[in-house]
Amino acid sequence: MKNKILPFSVIIIFGIIFFIFYKGLEDTKIYTPDVNTKKEIPVFNTKEFFSGENVKSLSIFEVDKVYLLNIWSSWCVPCRQEHPLLMNLNLENKLNIIGMNYKDNLKNAENFLKELGNPYKEIFIDLDGTIAIEWGAYGVPESFLIYNNKIIKKYIGPLNQELVDEINLLIK
Amino acid sequence: MKFLKFFLIVIILFPLSIVNAEENDKRNKITKNLRCLICQGQSVYDSDSEFANSLKIVVDKKLQEGLSEDQIYEYFKTKYGEWILYDPGLNKNTYILWLLPILIFLIGGAIIYKTFIVKK
Repeated sequence: MKNKILPFSVIIIFGIIFFIFYKGLEDTKIYTPDVNTKKEIPVFNTKEFFSGENVKSLSIFEVDKVYLLNIWSSWCVPCRQEHPLLMNLNLENKLNIIGMNYKDNLKNAENFLKELGNPYKEIFIDLDGTIAIEWGAYGVPESFLIYNNKIIKKYIGPLNQELVDEINLLIK
Repeated sequence: MKFLKFFLIVIILFPLSIVNAEENDKRNKITKNLRCLICQGQSVYDSDSEFANSLKIVVDKKLQEGLSEDQIYEYFKTKYGEWILYDPGLNKNTYILWLLPILIFLIGGAIIYKTFIVKK
Protein backbone atom coordinates (compact mmCIF):
# COMPACT_ATOMS: atom_id res chain seq x y z
CA MET A 1 0.00 0.00 0.00
CA LYS A 2 2.78 2.41 1.01
CA ASN A 3 4.55 1.81 -2.28
CA LYS A 4 1.43 2.83 -4.18
CA ILE A 5 0.95 6.17 -2.42
CA LEU A 6 4.13 7.67 -3.84
CA PRO A 7 3.47 7.16 -7.58
CA PHE A 8 -0.17 8.06 -7.01
CA SER A 9 0.65 11.38 -5.35
CA VAL A 10 3.26 12.18 -8.02
CA ILE A 11 0.68 11.56 -10.75
CA ILE A 12 -1.85 13.78 -8.95
CA ILE A 13 0.67 16.62 -8.53
CA PHE A 14 1.68 16.47 -12.17
CA GLY A 15 -2.00 16.26 -13.13
CA ILE A 16 -2.71 19.48 -11.21
CA ILE A 17 0.30 21.24 -12.74
CA PHE A 18 -0.71 20.08 -16.22
CA PHE A 19 -4.27 21.33 -15.64
CA ILE A 20 -3.08 24.77 -14.50
CA PHE A 21 -0.72 25.20 -17.44
CA TYR A 22 -3.32 23.89 -19.88
CA LYS A 23 -5.81 26.43 -18.53
CA GLY A 24 -3.13 29.11 -18.91
CA LEU A 25 -2.68 28.17 -22.57
CA GLU A 26 -6.35 28.84 -23.22
CA ASP A 27 -6.15 32.36 -21.79
CA THR A 28 -5.53 35.09 -24.29
CA LYS A 29 -2.08 36.65 -24.16
CA ILE A 30 -3.38 39.84 -25.71
CA TYR A 31 -4.37 42.36 -23.11
CA THR A 32 -8.13 42.82 -23.00
CA PRO A 33 -9.13 45.77 -20.86
CA ASP A 34 -12.28 45.85 -18.80
CA VAL A 35 -14.77 47.98 -20.74
CA ASN A 36 -17.82 47.68 -18.49
CA THR A 37 -16.51 49.65 -15.57
CA LYS A 38 -18.68 51.65 -13.23
CA LYS A 39 -15.82 53.86 -12.16
CA GLU A 40 -16.23 57.45 -11.05
CA ILE A 41 -14.90 59.97 -13.53
CA PRO A 42 -11.62 61.59 -12.47
CA VAL A 43 -11.36 65.13 -11.15
CA PHE A 44 -8.85 67.30 -13.00
CA ASN A 45 -8.03 70.82 -14.11
CA THR A 46 -7.47 71.62 -17.75
CA LYS A 47 -7.80 74.33 -20.38
CA GLU A 48 -10.66 75.03 -22.73
CA PHE A 49 -9.76 74.39 -26.38
CA PHE A 50 -10.93 77.64 -28.03
CA SER A 51 -10.52 80.20 -25.26
CA GLY A 52 -7.54 78.67 -23.44
CA GLU A 53 -9.26 79.42 -20.11
CA ASN A 54 -8.79 77.16 -17.12
CA VAL A 55 -11.66 74.77 -16.52
CA LYS A 56 -12.42 72.24 -13.83
CA SER A 57 -13.78 68.81 -14.76
CA LEU A 58 -16.59 69.24 -12.23
CA SER A 59 -17.97 72.15 -14.25
CA ILE A 60 -17.96 70.14 -17.50
CA PHE A 61 -19.81 67.01 -16.36
CA GLU A 62 -23.15 67.57 -14.67
CA VAL A 63 -25.11 64.98 -12.73
CA ASP A 64 -28.21 63.47 -14.43
CA LYS A 65 -26.89 64.07 -17.92
CA VAL A 66 -25.47 61.58 -20.40
CA TYR A 67 -22.11 62.47 -21.89
CA LEU A 68 -19.86 60.90 -24.45
CA LEU A 69 -16.25 61.86 -23.88
CA ASN A 70 -14.29 61.40 -27.09
CA ILE A 71 -10.49 61.50 -27.09
CA TRP A 72 -9.31 62.75 -30.47
CA SER A 73 -6.40 64.27 -32.26
CA SER A 74 -5.82 65.80 -35.68
CA TRP A 75 -2.86 63.47 -36.32
CA CYS A 76 -4.91 60.35 -35.60
CA VAL A 77 -6.18 58.72 -38.80
CA PRO A 78 -8.93 56.56 -37.18
CA CYS A 79 -10.32 59.76 -35.61
CA ARG A 80 -11.05 61.02 -39.12
CA GLN A 81 -12.97 57.83 -39.85
CA GLU A 82 -15.17 58.06 -36.76
CA HIS A 83 -15.76 61.82 -37.00
CA PRO A 84 -18.81 61.63 -39.34
CA LEU A 85 -20.41 59.18 -36.89
CA LEU A 86 -19.91 61.65 -34.07
CA MET A 87 -21.47 64.39 -36.22
CA ASN A 88 -24.51 62.15 -36.74
CA LEU A 89 -24.70 61.25 -33.06
CA ASN A 90 -24.71 64.93 -32.23
CA LEU A 91 -27.52 65.69 -34.69
CA GLU A 92 -29.76 62.74 -33.90
CA ASN A 93 -30.13 62.98 -30.15
CA LYS A 94 -29.46 64.98 -27.03
CA LEU A 95 -26.23 63.26 -26.17
CA ASN A 96 -23.63 65.76 -24.95
CA ILE A 97 -20.40 65.00 -26.73
CA ILE A 98 -17.31 66.32 -25.00
CA GLY A 99 -13.97 66.32 -26.79
CA MET A 100 -10.54 65.78 -25.29
CA ASN A 101 -7.88 66.98 -27.68
CA TYR A 102 -4.93 64.64 -27.10
CA LYS A 103 -1.28 65.74 -27.57
CA ASP A 104 -2.10 67.92 -30.52
CA ASN A 105 -1.01 71.07 -32.27
CA LEU A 106 -3.89 73.47 -31.65
CA LYS A 107 -3.74 74.99 -35.14
CA ASN A 108 -3.95 71.54 -36.76
CA ALA A 109 -6.79 70.60 -34.42
CA GLU A 110 -8.74 73.75 -35.36
CA ASN A 111 -8.25 72.98 -39.05
CA PHE A 112 -9.44 69.43 -38.44
CA LEU A 113 -12.69 70.76 -36.95
CA LYS A 114 -13.12 73.33 -39.72
CA GLU A 115 -12.73 70.62 -42.33
CA LEU A 116 -14.89 67.90 -40.75
CA GLY A 117 -17.24 69.85 -38.47
CA ASN A 118 -17.46 70.22 -34.71
CA PRO A 119 -19.72 67.68 -32.95
CA TYR A 120 -18.46 68.66 -29.49
CA LYS A 121 -20.43 70.64 -26.94
CA GLU A 122 -17.18 71.45 -25.20
CA ILE A 123 -13.55 70.61 -25.86
CA PHE A 124 -10.68 70.60 -23.40
CA ILE A 125 -7.04 69.97 -24.07
CA ASP A 126 -4.62 67.34 -22.81
CA LEU A 127 -1.22 68.50 -24.03
CA ASP A 128 0.97 65.89 -22.33
CA GLY A 129 -1.46 62.95 -22.22
CA THR A 130 -1.66 62.90 -18.42
CA ILE A 131 -5.41 63.59 -18.28
CA ALA A 132 -5.97 60.58 -20.56
CA ILE A 133 -4.03 58.48 -18.02
CA GLU A 134 -6.37 59.81 -15.27
CA TRP A 135 -9.23 58.43 -17.34
CA GLY A 136 -7.49 55.08 -17.75
CA ALA A 137 -7.23 55.60 -21.52
CA TYR A 138 -4.71 53.94 -23.82
CA GLY A 139 -4.53 56.38 -26.71
CA VAL A 140 -6.62 57.87 -29.48
CA PRO A 141 -9.42 57.47 -30.40
CA GLU A 142 -11.23 56.37 -27.31
CA SER A 143 -14.74 57.17 -26.04
CA PHE A 144 -16.39 56.99 -22.64
CA LEU A 145 -20.13 56.94 -22.06
CA ILE A 146 -20.83 58.79 -18.83
CA TYR A 147 -23.96 59.10 -16.71
CA ASN A 148 -24.22 60.56 -13.20
CA ASN A 149 -20.46 61.14 -13.16
CA LYS A 150 -19.82 57.43 -13.67
CA ILE A 151 -18.27 55.71 -16.68
CA ILE A 152 -20.91 53.35 -18.04
CA LYS A 153 -18.96 52.04 -20.98
CA LYS A 154 -15.57 52.47 -22.56
CA TYR A 155 -14.99 52.22 -26.32
CA ILE A 156 -11.36 51.65 -27.22
CA GLY A 157 -10.52 52.46 -30.82
CA PRO A 158 -12.70 54.19 -33.42
CA LEU A 159 -16.48 54.02 -33.16
CA ASN A 160 -18.38 52.24 -35.92
CA GLN A 161 -22.06 52.11 -36.83
CA GLU A 162 -22.63 49.04 -34.67
CA LEU A 163 -21.21 50.79 -31.59
CA VAL A 164 -23.16 53.97 -32.36
CA ASP A 165 -26.35 51.87 -32.44
CA GLU A 166 -25.35 50.40 -29.09
CA ILE A 167 -24.81 53.89 -27.64
CA ASN A 168 -28.23 54.96 -28.95
CA LEU A 169 -29.79 51.93 -27.27
CA LEU A 170 -28.00 52.55 -23.98
CA ILE A 171 -29.05 56.19 -23.70
CA LYS A 172 -32.71 55.62 -24.50
CA MET B 1 37.97 84.70 -3.98
CA LYS B 2 37.27 82.85 -7.20
CA PHE B 3 38.01 79.60 -5.47
CA LEU B 4 35.60 80.49 -2.66
CA LYS B 5 32.82 81.19 -5.16
CA PHE B 6 33.46 77.92 -6.92
CA PHE B 7 33.51 76.12 -3.59
CA LEU B 8 30.17 77.68 -2.59
CA ILE B 9 28.53 76.70 -5.89
CA VAL B 10 29.73 73.12 -5.51
CA ILE B 11 28.40 72.97 -1.95
CA ILE B 12 25.00 74.31 -3.02
CA LEU B 13 24.63 72.14 -6.10
CA PHE B 14 26.05 68.87 -4.81
CA PRO B 15 23.13 67.87 -2.52
CA LEU B 16 20.70 68.84 -5.29
CA SER B 17 22.30 66.43 -7.72
CA ILE B 18 22.06 63.65 -5.13
CA VAL B 19 18.35 64.35 -4.63
CA ASN B 20 17.81 64.39 -8.40
CA ALA B 21 19.72 61.14 -8.84
CA GLU B 22 17.71 59.47 -6.10
CA GLU B 23 14.45 60.60 -7.67
CA ASN B 24 15.64 59.43 -11.08
CA ASP B 25 16.51 55.98 -9.70
CA LYS B 26 13.11 55.70 -8.07
CA ARG B 27 11.37 56.80 -11.26
CA ASN B 28 13.36 54.27 -13.32
CA LYS B 29 12.57 51.49 -10.85
CA ILE B 30 8.84 52.26 -10.96
CA THR B 31 8.64 52.60 -14.75
CA LYS B 32 10.55 49.32 -15.17
CA ASN B 33 7.84 47.57 -13.16
CA LEU B 34 5.01 49.11 -15.21
CA ARG B 35 3.91 47.34 -18.38
CA CYS B 36 3.39 49.39 -21.51
CA LEU B 37 -0.14 48.26 -22.30
CA ILE B 38 -0.12 49.17 -25.98
CA CYS B 39 3.30 47.69 -26.79
CA GLN B 40 3.21 44.12 -25.52
CA GLY B 41 6.41 42.78 -23.99
CA GLN B 42 7.92 46.17 -23.14
CA SER B 43 8.03 48.07 -19.90
CA VAL B 44 7.08 51.74 -19.71
CA TYR B 45 10.78 52.46 -19.09
CA ASP B 46 11.82 50.76 -22.37
CA SER B 47 9.02 52.12 -24.52
CA ASP B 48 8.89 55.43 -26.33
CA SER B 49 5.21 55.23 -27.26
CA GLU B 50 2.83 58.11 -26.59
CA PHE B 51 1.18 56.09 -23.84
CA ALA B 52 4.48 55.25 -22.11
CA ASN B 53 5.74 58.83 -22.34
CA SER B 54 2.56 60.14 -20.71
CA LEU B 55 2.85 57.50 -18.00
CA LYS B 56 6.42 58.60 -17.26
CA ILE B 57 5.19 62.19 -16.79
CA VAL B 58 2.45 60.96 -14.43
CA VAL B 59 5.02 58.96 -12.40
CA ASP B 60 7.17 62.12 -12.10
CA LYS B 61 4.16 64.16 -10.98
CA LYS B 62 3.15 61.57 -8.39
CA LEU B 63 6.71 61.43 -7.04
CA GLN B 64 6.74 65.20 -6.75
CA GLU B 65 3.43 65.04 -4.90
CA GLY B 66 5.22 62.83 -2.38
CA LEU B 67 3.53 59.52 -3.15
CA SER B 68 5.42 56.35 -2.23
CA GLU B 69 6.29 53.60 -4.71
CA ASP B 70 3.44 51.37 -3.48
CA GLN B 71 0.96 54.24 -3.62
CA ILE B 72 1.93 54.89 -7.25
CA TYR B 73 1.46 51.20 -8.13
CA GLU B 74 -1.91 51.26 -6.39
CA TYR B 75 -2.90 54.37 -8.39
CA PHE B 76 -2.10 52.69 -11.72
CA LYS B 77 -3.80 49.47 -10.57
CA THR B 78 -7.07 51.32 -10.00
CA LYS B 79 -6.78 52.90 -13.47
CA TYR B 80 -5.65 49.92 -15.55
CA GLY B 81 -5.93 46.82 -13.36
CA GLU B 82 -3.33 44.37 -12.04
CA TRP B 83 -1.99 43.67 -15.57
CA ILE B 84 -0.07 46.94 -15.61
CA LEU B 85 2.28 45.64 -12.89
CA TYR B 86 5.09 43.25 -13.81
CA ASP B 87 5.36 42.14 -10.21
CA PRO B 88 1.84 41.17 -9.18
CA GLY B 89 0.85 41.10 -5.51
CA LEU B 90 -0.78 38.19 -3.70
CA ASN B 91 -4.53 38.17 -4.32
CA LYS B 92 -7.31 35.77 -5.35
CA ASN B 93 -6.16 35.72 -8.97
CA THR B 94 -2.49 35.15 -8.27
CA TYR B 95 -2.43 32.95 -5.16
CA ILE B 96 -1.76 29.79 -7.24
CA LEU B 97 1.22 31.54 -8.81
CA TRP B 98 2.67 32.31 -5.41
CA LEU B 99 1.68 29.21 -3.47
CA LEU B 100 2.29 26.47 -6.05
CA PRO B 101 6.12 26.52 -5.86
CA ILE B 102 5.99 26.39 -2.04
CA LEU B 103 3.43 23.57 -2.19
CA ILE B 104 5.50 21.57 -4.70
CA PHE B 105 8.62 22.13 -2.60
CA LEU B 106 6.87 20.89 0.55
CA ILE B 107 5.30 17.84 -1.12
CA GLY B 108 8.54 17.00 -2.93
CA GLY B 109 10.46 17.38 0.32
CA ALA B 110 8.00 15.12 2.12
CA ILE B 111 8.34 12.45 -0.59
CA ILE B 112 12.15 12.59 -0.47
CA TYR B 113 12.08 12.45 3.32
CA LYS B 114 9.72 9.45 3.35
CA THR B 115 11.49 7.43 0.68
CA PHE B 116 15.12 8.11 1.44
CA ILE B 117 15.49 9.22 5.03
CA VAL B 118 12.78 7.22 6.82
CA LYS B 119 13.73 4.03 4.90
CA LYS B 120 17.28 4.24 6.20
